[in-house]
Amino acid sequence: MYVAAKGGEQAIAAAHAWLAEERRGDRRDPALSLRQIASQLALATARVMAEGSLYDEALAALAVQQSRGDLVEAVFLLRAYRTTLPRLAASRPLDTGRMVVERRVSATFKDIPGGQILGPTFDYTHRLLDFALEAGDEAAAARIAAAPAPTRPRVSEVLGREGLLRDEPRQNAEPTDLTRTPLELPADRPLRLQALARADEGFLLSLAYSTQRGYGRTHAFVGELRIGAVEVEVEIPELGLSVAFAEIVVTECETVNQFTGSRREPPQFTRGYGLTLGRCERKAISMSLVDRALQWRELGEDYAGAPAQDEEFVLMHCDNVQATGFLEHIKLPHYVDFQAELELIRRLRREAGGAGEAAE
Amino acid sequence: MSGYNFAYLDEPTKKMIRRAILKGLAIPGYQVPFASREMPMPYGWGTGGVQVTAAVLTPEDRLKVIDQGADDTTNAVSIRSFFRKVAGVATTTRTREATIIQTRHRIPETPLTEGQILVYQVPIPEPLRFLEPRETETRRMHALEEYGLMHVKLYEDIARHGAIATSYAYPALVNGRHVFDPSPIPRFDNPKLESPAIQLFGAGREQRIYALPPYTRVQSLDFDDHPFEASKAEGACALCGATESYLDEIVADDRGTRRFQCSDTDFCAERRAGAA
Repeated sequence: MYVAAKGGEQAIAAAHAWLAEERRGDRRDPALSLRQIASQLALATARVMAEGSLYDEALAALAVQQSRGDLVEAVFLLRAYRTTLPRLAASRPLDTGRMVVERRVSATFKDIPGGQILGPTFDYTHRLLDFALEAGDEAAAARIAAAPAPTRPRVSEVLGREGLLRDEPRQNAEPTDLTRTPLELPADRPLRLQALARADEGFLLSLAYSTQRGYGRTHAFVGELRIGAVEVEVEIPELGLSVAFAEIVVTECETVNQFTGSRREPPQFTRGYGLTLGRCERKAISMSLVDRALQWRELGEDYAGAPAQDEEFVLMHCDNVQATGFLEHIKLPHYVDFQAELELIRRLRREAGGAGEAAE
Repeated sequence: MSGYNFAYLDEPTKKMIRRAILKGLAIPGYQVPFASREMPMPYGWGTGGVQVTAAVLTPEDRLKVIDQGADDTTNAVSIRSFFRKVAGVATTTRTREATIIQTRHRIPETPLTEGQILVYQVPIPEPLRFLEPRETETRRMHALEEYGLMHVKLYEDIARHGAIATSYAYPALVNGRHVFDPSPIPRFDNPKLESPAIQLFGAGREQRIYALPPYTRVQSLDFDDHPFEASKAEGACALCGATESYLDEIVADDRGTRRFQCSDTDFCAERRAGAA
């Protein structure tokens, strides 16, 4: 009976105690340590950092553990913590050209200055379940190349020198902080990219995929995808210099998109951009495709009515913390509204000629 | 609770929210955008109301939290215990004794008085949303006072059903200017929107705050020949016998036997205490 939902405090406490018990799992097994989660479930941790908009592996690992591996729940935990942190400063733009790369590939050029580096990728693995892992076999340690990675120029700079790639307008103004200012539409590109960077990976993946299948097609090639460590610098005006205060791993993707020109722009290549905290390759590629699709207005392209082109649709629905909260709130009691609806429906049926009464 | 500011939010955030509230009170019914924070409960579960309550709460306040009119529904219990934990304020279930009441889906039956604040949790603040999905478009419609679409919708209801088929979240015109969404309260509660209390509406996910200052004129939308009607289930409360309060329908057994009881648990308890 639904009135049982008026359970009150004892029911809530008992439910949470049960949850804690389930989270712990079988007590014959040792509990997972946060270090194990951060290192062996590193990509889960990375996704939680990216969508939680907070770079902290230990806290992300804690969130993964506390949420029993429900990553959207873990993202929510991290966001709720992030909101209590003070905003101290805005960093200088990251210089990803100086990234210490662990992976860097281009699909547009066979060879690029600095070389292609596959890095630790699932690409070209055969997706065969590895029963040796199940048996507890340790992988042999990989050989590590000796030479330290030199700084590598971005592929886009190569195309840019020839004037073939649309130059992006530089904005030195500090971008609006999405978490401190209400989102107003239409949004400029820095704001859109901010929203996409914390957006749900699955949502972006499907939108990006839809552009490939013709719903707002943008003819994207991966110009460059790179993953690695970059320094985060902040300017200290009192000292007149900037200092590096952190090193973080990011994934950056730039797509090169065919563009035959519009009324405003000559034929040239255009680009989509994706950047995520941590190693989130699928997310970064998806983001750059969606970013490119959203640029139809700036480039003077036609609006084809595709979901990925619709800024309001994309930005208002890409956040999984917002989406899951609102979706799941329909579990809350609604019996007042439902009662009002019941009463209305009964009345309308009565007025419709007693058909309702006969059926009841 | 250590490690957190009084009422959870930091002071600059509260200040930002109070500015939005003041603006909302200055322009009754206008939806003020505000930089809603992520709260430790999910969006859609009262984050807007919780932020508004946190911003107006003082240590001397006595807080009441209701959901569906009742103090003992799970989410009301959860929000009340949140404020007990992060603000240490006194709580009550008595409407008369509360200085701040946070509510979801109801206005208490006991008339509110001057000095009380009623805080609503709002899922979709935009009354025009289901007629026009785009925020850019609906903001323009409010700016131009372009409410024809809403009247057409109500007219079509009458043409098709002989009555306006909106039973909750029934739109109203505030202070003769802004059409607003009173949150999903049953339309039975709409007449109570004209009140001596301050009424604040918080929509966290949608980043909007709006307000009704005391004694603001609130006209539920209708037509001269189809006047607004505050309806409820016919019947009396099985516990206190009230016929004038909003009733929940309880399915009593698996043969479809139904009975009614007051949705406002404090109102019902007070009546029973008075009768005893």
